[in-house]
Amino acid sequence: MSVDVKGSYDRTYISNFSKDRQEPEWFTNLRLSSLEQADAIELPKPEKTKITDWNFTSFAHTTETKVVNSFDDLDEDIRVLLGEKEQAKNVIVQENGKVTYEKVEADLKNQGVIFTDIETAIREHSNLVEKAYMKEAISTNENKLTALHAALVNGGTFIYVPKDTHVELPLQTVYSVSENFGLFNHILIVAEQNSSLTYIENYVTTQDANDAVANIIAEVYAADGAKVNFGAVDTFSEQVTTYVNRRGHVGRDAEIYWALGQMNDGNTVSENTTYLMGQGSYADSKAVSIGRGEQSQNFTTNIVHYGKNSDGQILSHGVMKDRASSIFNGISKIEKGATKANGEQTERVLMLSEKARGDANPILLIDEDDVTAGHAASVGRIDPLQKFYLMSRGISEQEAERLVIHGFLAPVVGELPVEAVKEQLTEVIERKVY
Amino acid sequence: MTTPNLKVDDLHVSIEDKEILKGFGIEINGGEIHAIMGPNGTGKSTLASALMGHPNYEITKGNATFNGEDLLEMEVDERAQAGLFLAMQYPSEVSGVTNADFIRSAINSGREEGDEISLMKFIRHMDDKMGKLEIDSSFQHRYLNEGFSGGEKKRNEILQMLMLEPKIAILDEIDSGLDIDALKVVAQGVNDMRSDDFGCLIITHYQRLLNYVTPDKVHVMMQGRIVKSGGPELAERLEAEGYDWIKNELGIEDETVGQE
Repeated sequence: MSVDVKGSYDRTYISNFSKDRQEPEWFTNLRLSSLEQADAIELPKPEKTKITDWNFTSFAHTTETKVVNSFDDLDEDIRVLLGEKEQAKNVIVQENGKVTYEKVEADLKNQGVIFTDIETAIREHSNLVEKAYMKEAISTNENKLTALHAALVNGGTFIYVPKDTHVELPLQTVYSVSENFGLFNHILIVAEQNSSLTYIENYVTTQDANDAVANIIAEVYAADGAKVNFGAVDTFSEQVTTYVNRRGHVGRDAEIYWALGQMNDGNTVSENTTYLMGQGSYADSKAVSIGRGEQSQNFTTNIVHYGKNSDGQILSHGVMKDRASSIFNGISKIEKGATKANGEQTERVLMLSEKARGDANPILLIDEDDVTAGHAASVGRIDPLQKFYLMSRGISEQEAERLVIHGFLAPVVGELPVEAVKEQLTEVIERKVY
Repeated sequence: MTTPNLKVDDLHVSIEDKEILKGFGIEINGGEIHAIMGPNGTGKSTLASALMGHPNYEITKGNATFNGEDLLEMEVDERAQAGLFLAMQYPSEVSGVTNADFIRSAINSGREEGDEISLMKFIRHMDDKMGKLEIDSSFQHRYLNEGFSGGEKKRNEILQMLMLEPKIAILDEIDSGLDIDALKVVAQGVNDMRSDDFGCLIITHYQRLLNYVTPDKVHVMMQGRIVKSGGPELAERLEAEGYDWIKNELGIEDETVGQE
C-alpha cells in the first residue's frame, strides 16, 4: 500500500529506510502503522485557512549531506545563529535531517543529560524514547500530517534531563533545508522531576530551496516540578510549506515557557498546544509573527487545563503587510475538575497594509465553574497618537513605525535565551518589515 | 546663536469641524517663561497639541513661525528637530520600547549619521538628569510610559525635555496629578533649563506650579483666545479670586468654546 505521496514512499521504502537507520522494531512498526493511518485520515482543518492545495506531499525524503568538520566550515547563515565559536557550547546542526555539526560539553554527559539527534537516540536510547514518543502530547492519528510525520521522520533531536538535574546553558539546534527536501523533524524533550533546561531551535533554508516541505513535531514533557524554556525562531523561505506542531505536557507544579518567533515566508500552519495535567502546572506561550507577500498562515495557540490551580498564559502578536493573510486562534480550554484554574490570552494583529488580512480569534472553552479566565483581542493599524508622540521627539515617521513594530514583537525577542538568536530575530524582523 | 522665537498669530483650530481656537496669538522669546491659565474647556490643550502638529487638529486660519520658519508647514518630527518640545498631558504608552532606547533614538534623530551620541555619554547624561528629577534608575529599562503612574509620566516628560534640550518647550498641564514634592522636582527641572536660549510656555489650571517657576508673563485664555495678559501678579489674583472677575470685566458669560 502507499500514501498519495509523490515519489512513492510506500511500505517497502519505509521498511528499508528504517532498516538502514538500524531502528528498533517498535519504531519500524510505528512508521508502518502510521503510514496506513495517513491513507485513511484527512488533512488538519485549521480554522478559516484552506490548505488542501498546499504542497505537503511532494518532496525528496533523502539527500546527500556532508558532515562539516569544524565550526568555521559551517554555512555563514548557520554560523551567525550560533554566535561566537566559544559560546556555542551545546549545539547540534542538521542539514536535510542529517547531523552536520555537533558539539556537546562533557559536563552535560556527566550530568546524565542526553542531547543527541533523534536517529541516534532511537538506536541508542530506544527505551527512553519509546516511553514518550508520540504518546501523551501528540498522537500519530490526529490527522494526515501527524501520521505522515510518524511514518517518515527523518530528522530531529532528543533531549533527556534526569531528575533534579539543572542544565545551565541553553541547548541549541539549527535545522536547515535545501532543494525540495521534505523535512520530517521530531523534537522530543523529556525533563524528569524537578529538572530544568532551556532549549532553542532555528529553522533556516539555503538559497537553493525549491518547493520544500517541513512537517515538524516537537514534544516537551515537563514532569512534576520541572521547568522547560523552549525558544524557536522559524525562518523558512517562501519555497517551504510548513506544518509545525509544538506540544507540551506539564506535570504537577511544572512549568513550560514557549517563546516562538514564527517568521517563515512560506505558507505555514502552526499549532502550539500545552496540556496542563498536574495541579499547579503553568504554561506561558508567547508567539510573534510577520506575514508578507502573498503568504497564508494559520497560528493556533491552545492551552488545555486539567490540573487544579493550573495557569495558562497566551500572547500572540502578528504584523501583517502586503497581501499576506493570517489567522490567529487562541484557545483556553478548562476541563471539568480543573478548579481554580486561570486562563488568560491576548491576540493582537498590527495591519501595515490595506490588502493584508489578519483575524484574531480568542476562544474560551470552559467546563468548570470555579475558574478565572480572560481574553483580549485586537486588529488594527499603528496608533496615530503613538506615532505623534514619538515624532514629537524628533523621530521620523519611518523610525517611529519601526520602534512601534519592534516593540510590538518584543515579547518574544526578549525571552530568547541566546544572544545571537535574539539578534538574528531582530534582523529578520527588520528585513521582513522593510 | 539667535534667540529662540515662537510667534503665533490669529490661529484658528478645529477638531471634527468644531472650532476650538478662535484667533489665538502669542510671541515667546528665548529667556521668557509664559504661563497660560484658564478654566477647563477654553482651548489650552488644543493650542499645545496644534502647535506640535497633532494629527486630529486642523488649522483653518492664522500663522505660526518658529525662529522665522513657517511652523505649520513642518512635519511633527521637523518641529521637534527645529527645537520645539511638547510635554504632553497624556503621553502615549509604547510597549516593548524601553525609555532609554526611545530617548536615545530621539537624541540621535537630531544628529547626522555617524555623529550619534555614544552609549557611555548617553548613559552618563541620562543618569545625571534622572538623579536631578529623583527618578529611580530602573526607569530607563521600563517600556515607554507603560504602567507608569500619572506622576511618573509627568517626570518622564520633563526628563525628555532635559535630555533633548529644546529651544522652546510647551508644558501642557505638567502639574496636574503631582503631589507637592513631585511638583518641586518638576519645577526644578524647568528652572535648570532657564537661559536666554530657552523659552517656555506653561499651560496650567492652577497657580501652584508658578510658585516655583516664576513666569515673566501670564495670559488668561477663554473662548479659544487670550483675553487678558499680565505679570506674575495676575496668576496670584486668579488663584485668590478665581476667574469670575475677568468674565465680569469682559462681559463673558460662558468662557468655554464651541457651546453656541
